[in-house]
Amino acid sequence: MIEIKNLYKDWGAFSLKEINLEIKRGEYFVILGPTGAGKTLLLEMIAGFHSPDKGEIWIDGEDMTTYPPEERNVGFIYQDYSLFPHLNVIGNIRFGPELKGIFKEDIERESNEIMRLLGISHLSHRYPNTLSGGEQQKVAIARAIITRPSVLLLDEPLSALDRRTQDLLREELKWVHQIEELTSVHVTHDQTEAMILADRIAVMMDGRIVQVGAPHDIFNKPLNEDIASFVGVENILEGEIKGKRDGIAIIDVGDIELNAVSDYGEGEVKIFVRPEDILISKKMQESSARNSIRGKIIEMTNFGVVIHLQLDNGLIASVTKLSAEDLKLRIGEEVYASFKATSMHVVKKRRL
Amino acid sequence: MRIKQEKMLIFFCMLSFFILSFIIIVLAEPIFSQFLFGLNDFFSTCRDPEVLSCIGLTIGTSFLATGIACLFGIPLAYILARKEFFGKRMVESVIDLPIMVPHMVAGIALFSVFNRHGMIGAPFSPIIRFFDAIPGIVVAMLFVSAPFFINPVREGFQSVDPHLENVARSLGASEWKAFYKVTVPIAYRYILSGIGMSWGRGISEFAAVLLLAYYPMVASTLIYERFLMYGLAGSRPIAVLLMLICLGIFLSFRSVRR
Repeated sequence: MIEIKNLYKDWGAFSLKEINLEIKRGEYFVILGPTGAGKTLLLEMIAGFHSPDKGEIWIDGEDMTTYPPEERNVGFIYQDYSLFPHLNVIGNIRFGPELKGIFKEDIERESNEIMRLLGISHLSHRYPNTLSGGEQQKVAIARAIITRPSVLLLDEPLSALDRRTQDLLREELKWVHQIEELTSVHVTHDQTEAMILADRIAVMMDGRIVQVGAPHDIFNKPLNEDIASFVGVENILEGEIKGKRDGIAIIDVGDIELNAVSDYGEGEVKIFVRPEDILISKKMQESSARNSIRGKIIEMTNFGVVIHLQLDNGLIASVTKLSAEDLKLRIGEEVYASFKATSMHVVKKRRL
Repeated sequence: MRIKQEKMLIFFCMLSFFILSFIIIVLAEPIFSQFLFGLNDFFSTCRDPEVLSCIGLTIGTSFLATGIACLFGIPLAYILARKEFFGKRMVESVIDLPIMVPHMVAGIALFSVFNRHGMIGAPFSPIIRFFDAIPGIVVAMLFVSAPFFINPVREGFQSVDPHLENVARSLGASEWKAFYKVTVPIAYRYILSGIGMSWGRGISEFAAVLLLAYYPMVASTLIYERFLMYGLAGSRPIAVLLMLICLGIFLSFRSVRR
């Protein structure tokens, strides 16, 4: 378990402000944020590579704020793998246990076991510069977990890999986390990665933790506009709540009225709708979708599997390539954009 | 098509040939002339105890100066590679200065600091004498060779990603252990190259040594003296012997580095 209490650090271009976090034992915790938010700095501070200006870091019930890295028992994995280039794979993996003065036979047994688990036994005598990115990252994982750390810290561990290897290694990470029951803190800017791996996510922006929650909450109920646009909510509408009917708020957005589930009864609000929650059809939908707005397609952007449609009423919707072909969508076409009252997230507009 | 693509390389080869032959001719001519026309002189020089002790002294003092450069230069090189601080540029320029200062000037400066009444010479006078003594040779060599050690070693430490040290720490290594188990082995080629450069620079130093410690004579002082007294015939055999010894040492050094 990790507790971070009121942590501050000013470090050149990066700074951390008022960080408070509680990461539970055995949890897979992801810190998600844009580049330059200070994520790596926070991770390095948990490891003890930098000392805080203010605040405390507790690991497993012990105040470790002033402990040097070698006494914190944390494993650290970098994006660039950081394997020791002068040692072969075995040498890298045994580096930690050998420092701790463990019996040679035990080290040998354990390292062989870990290499077998990760499927890298055949690489044991190779040097890092002869390995592929994915292989290097597996060695880095093996090297970190063989010391049985109380916390595993991962700094963008998948970012330098190609898609396919990313998918494979992500599964590997999840699996290692489960069998070793490791408390893991994983830093990334990749939302898919966060969504798939995380038990909980903390969103970090400009050196602050701005939201902590389950993946579903982070992606569907962002606390404010900045978080919303970072997690891929492309539709941010402004409106005013006119009243409530059957617990559903009626919100006036320009010249249209929308129905949304809302905690608020009145006032100016912002409404977040993810593009994939919008259903595009040629005819007016009479289904459970509570809102249906007409619009003309003015732009189509191809993202491979999905296509993003920009409508003239300001909405952005994403449709699969297949359904775009089925509906024969093209620029200039009139369509209906429908979305459920429950897939809208309403927040109070901040007063400036 | 092949020729067209490699035009630049061919051109570069030609230019390389000129600079290489320049160096080789200057170095090889005395050796060949000596072997062709003065083989007997050469062999008698090889048996001359004064010559042998001078060369031995040169190699030994230069090695000592390099040792001192290692002891104090490695920490300095590491700090320069890892830390940013106010005045760092200034420190780096100061380190480079001995390369640029004419060595006669360096000799005068060394003499004024290390003579019996100098700023460092005076307080040390009861224990160490620098003027016309081995310690004087060593400090003169250290002064001119230090940048040749510090610069490559700093570059070596810069080439070691700090992430590697961080990972070593997280795996249980103390600062010291991370340094000698990770940083030094990775930068090892640069350190060896610094040792070779600084050692060679020490052997070749003349002017700075001459002013502070004419005696006991190092090889270059002896060659200079013999040249003044007996001309080319008296000095060239020693020069050739020194060149061959240095060549031998540097070749074995290079093979170790690989």
